[in-house]
Amino acid sequence: MTSFPLLTAVLLAPICAAVLMCFVSPKAAQSVRVISASAMTVALALTVYAFFNYDMNAGGMQFCESIPWIKDLGVHYALGVDGISLPMLLLTDLIGLAAVYSSWNITNRPKEFYILLMILIAGVTGTFIATDLFIFLLCYEVVVIPIYIMVIIWGSTKRVSKEYAGMKLTIYLLMGSAFMLVGVVALYLTASSVLGIRTFDMQALAIAGQMGLLSEEFQIFAFLLLLLGFGSLLSMFPFHSWSPDGYAGAPTAVSMIHAGVLKKIGGYGLIRIGLLVLPLGAKFWAPLIAGLAMINVMYAAYIAIAQKDLKYVIGYSSVSHMGYVLLGFAALNVISVSGAVANMVAHGVMSALFFAMIGFVYEKTHMRSITELRGLAHQMPRVATGFMLAGMASLGLPGLIGFIPEFTIFVGSFGVYPVFAVLAISGIIFTALYTLRVLAKVLFGPRDSMFDRYKDAKGVEMMPLIILGIALVGFGIFPQALMGMVGSGTESLIPWLEQIADAPAYIGGIR
Amino acid sequence: MNFEVISTEIFILVLGLFAIVMDLVLPKDESRKSIGGVLIFALTGWVAYMFTMYVPESVIADGGTATRYFNDMLYIVDNYAIFFKQLFIVATIFTMLFSLDYMQNVLRYKGEFYALLMTALLGMCVLASANDFLTAFIGLELMTISFYILVGARISSNNSSEAAVKYLIVGSVSTAIMLYGISLVYGATGSIHFYDMFRNQHLFSAIGLAGATMIMIGFFFKLSVIPFHMWAPDVYQGAPTPITAMLAMGSKAAGIAVFMRVLYVAFPLIGFYWLPILAVLSAICMIGGNIMAIRQNDVKRMLAYSSIAQAGYMMVGIVAADYPGMKAVMFYGMLYVFANVGAFAALSLVEQHRGGSDYKAIAGLAKSAPVMAAVMTISLLSMAGIPPTAGFAGKLYLFTAVVNQGYLWLAFVGFIMSMISVYYYLQVTKAMYLDEGDGEPIVISGAARAAAVISVLATIIFGVCPEPLAHLTNLASFTFLQ
Repeated sequence: MTSFPLLTAVLLAPICAAVLMCFVSPKAAQSVRVISASAMTVALALTVYAFFNYDMNAGGMQFCESIPWIKDLGVHYALGVDGISLPMLLLTDLIGLAAVYSSWNITNRPKEFYILLMILIAGVTGTFIATDLFIFLLCYEVVVIPIYIMVIIWGSTKRVSKEYAGMKLTIYLLMGSAFMLVGVVALYLTASSVLGIRTFDMQALAIAGQMGLLSEEFQIFAFLLLLLGFGSLLSMFPFHSWSPDGYAGAPTAVSMIHAGVLKKIGGYGLIRIGLLVLPLGAKFWAPLIAGLAMINVMYAAYIAIAQKDLKYVIGYSSVSHMGYVLLGFAALNVISVSGAVANMVAHGVMSALFFAMIGFVYEKTHMRSITELRGLAHQMPRVATGFMLAGMASLGLPGLIGFIPEFTIFVGSFGVYPVFAVLAISGIIFTALYTLRVLAKVLFGPRDSMFDRYKDAKGVEMMPLIILGIALVGFGIFPQALMGMVGSGTESLIPWLEQIADAPAYIGGIR
Repeated sequence: MNFEVISTEIFILVLGLFAIVMDLVLPKDESRKSIGGVLIFALTGWVAYMFTMYVPESVIADGGTATRYFNDMLYIVDNYAIFFKQLFIVATIFTMLFSLDYMQNVLRYKGEFYALLMTALLGMCVLASANDFLTAFIGLELMTISFYILVGARISSNNSSEAAVKYLIVGSVSTAIMLYGISLVYGATGSIHFYDMFRNQHLFSAIGLAGATMIMIGFFFKLSVIPFHMWAPDVYQGAPTPITAMLAMGSKAAGIAVFMRVLYVAFPLIGFYWLPILAVLSAICMIGGNIMAIRQNDVKRMLAYSSIAQAGYMMVGIVAADYPGMKAVMFYGMLYVFANVGAFAALSLVEQHRGGSDYKAIAGLAKSAPVMAAVMTISLLSMAGIPPTAGFAGKLYLFTAVVNQGYLWLAFVGFIMSMISVYYYLQVTKAMYLDEGDGEPIVISGAARAAAVISVLATIIFGVCPEPLAHLTNLASFTFLQ
């Protein structure tokens, strides 16, 4: 049966756009933008189609494709989506399209910018739809270099120079990926020796793990390597310091994609590879992860209160929110893991919206400091709406996307780590504190005539707000659309979670 | 005598002689590019023809022999040798392609340059096929002596002369050590033939072991393995850029080709004691080469240290000492050729037009020569092992092979150091794209552009689809272990 290769099309849309743009004249900025926007629209439309045609009752990997690729390594070009990866894919395309629109006004070398942006989006897309570990790694590493170039050319220098920010971002991610690569190579070889065939197929590796073919010592060791890699990508304390600096130096589109989706590869990888392939390792390290998650939540929120630069506030806020994701993962039950996945989507949408709004304000006023900006709601009511939506979602207001996922995480993790869960819940107070403080200072207060000459967002500039706002409110009012999908994915984790339910967690005897 | 077996060597020798004669016949003030053109043309044809020389797997499966000998088994031509010879010739072709202008503009003795390049190539080919120590030694010296002269070919430059003298002295010392080792081994075993070695009890005498150690050390000098690397940075920096490229890809690959044969065929038993030491040395190379490269101001010098690190990566595959390991080394050697061609093509252009190769000279290259800047970036990323370039697949082959043999820590070092290497490779990218240069457009000759673009295409194609090259290296390593 040959069906339409839907996922390949989603992956190829940005790649084709990038190739096409190579042949466009550098001066034709408008064509470049239109090509990028059309490519992302196609990708988004196909993803939405997949989202609504995914058979939740059947579950498992759907829309699968598999072509043998490198025979002597056992690599297959294998794609597929399930209830965990499909929301992430949707998130990627939503934010990708929004990022294209929020970069609309770039005048410095727009052609190169959009080519790199498309490569970046293609790489992120690939990591979420790959079911072959090799393809996953390949796509993951592809994204690093475009980000570096984009930061050093189109970034902004404020507290740290953009060169510094770009290099810090790159080195942290690459060092993390070095650990990850070692872990994956070790996993690949161990699995191939017990399975008798060389394969990078995630499902085959997961089955090897479930059948008890991977020893507990090996799982503990390999999971630590993956945790270092994925953890630093997810800005897990103490590997989080790249995140605020990097976001501050990066251009808007890169901040949006990086905070919105790229970071989520860490959480996604922990679940997809860490939990499914190395369940005993996950169980072993879970208490440590929970402890670090708590530090993430509290410590980063606390620092965010003291920040003056808007981008730093959101940077630390995203580190803080990743703490919830880690906590949900560490509790290792279906409810909490569902919450973690859903929270990644929720945070992706709201942080991307935040960065889009900050980017817009910065583009007009060249200011990002909370002390300089004030009363913007008078001059820019639409931008203020975006800020408010993102901010309210960030502090978990019911009716917006952030509430249900966070609630789910707390429900799931309370039984396992009551102390950490209570502490993490109290982190919401800090979140409310810094979010409301920022919103109050920047948006409200008396009208300042200094900002009268700046116009509100209009036309194309509204697109990021519209796209992300719809997702933000839509999934908030109909959480089942998201939670049902995520639930159908995490349900398949049950055999793995049951298997480790009785396995002891050692670290520090916290249990 | 079966001269058909050594047709490749004869062909190259004839080309070398042809270059000398042509240089005499041509009028003094006429461009010598035509010689280069003829050589490129002839060698390209020969590489294509060499694909027919491979003995296919089916022949071996039917019980046929994969190996042909010349001169009483002293000279061996198997798929392994053919693969490496193709690698050398490809490297030479690309080097000549991108340096046609460079030679015409920078060097004084142009005709000799081509002739010496051919003798160096001949030496490499002999090395790949040598099956006894004396043949190996002859090949090694033929190659090295040609390089002594070529390194000093920029006679107006003090750096170049200094590099040549340094290379000569260090090279002679290492030759002496190796020769002494060979004589000791001969004294202990009464033979210099590789096949006689591993059966020979006397090799395990004190004299024999001392000799084997000295031979190894000689090779370490040639491969610029730390701590025998001191000559490399100065020589790489001083030599004319095309010769630096040849040193990095050709000379190193030739050393690896014969080193693997000596290690696996002549000293397999001693070799297994050597493997842990080799593992440590390769780790030192990867760490030292990459760390020292960070501090360099000159891109050529940086590439010299980076090539030390690359030698370390390739030794990782040698440490694995099995069929996947050998395959990985050959795969990596080939893709390293393509990466080097890209980088040095851009660099030789910069050196011609801006009179240097430091970070100031490459500043703003993205404006002056956008194609070359892109080529340079992609080539360097391939050396760092970032997908979708071939470097990623190559490193994965290398490290899976060595982890399979239980050296997980070595893969650790390798992956971490290759991520660190991204730092200094990106410094080059940053200088080219971000810093302001003089902004004057640089005119690139068609040949140089072709060399650069083809090599980058190969880098990307083998990165996205490594299957054809993997098949070829499979074939080569498969018959070697027969």
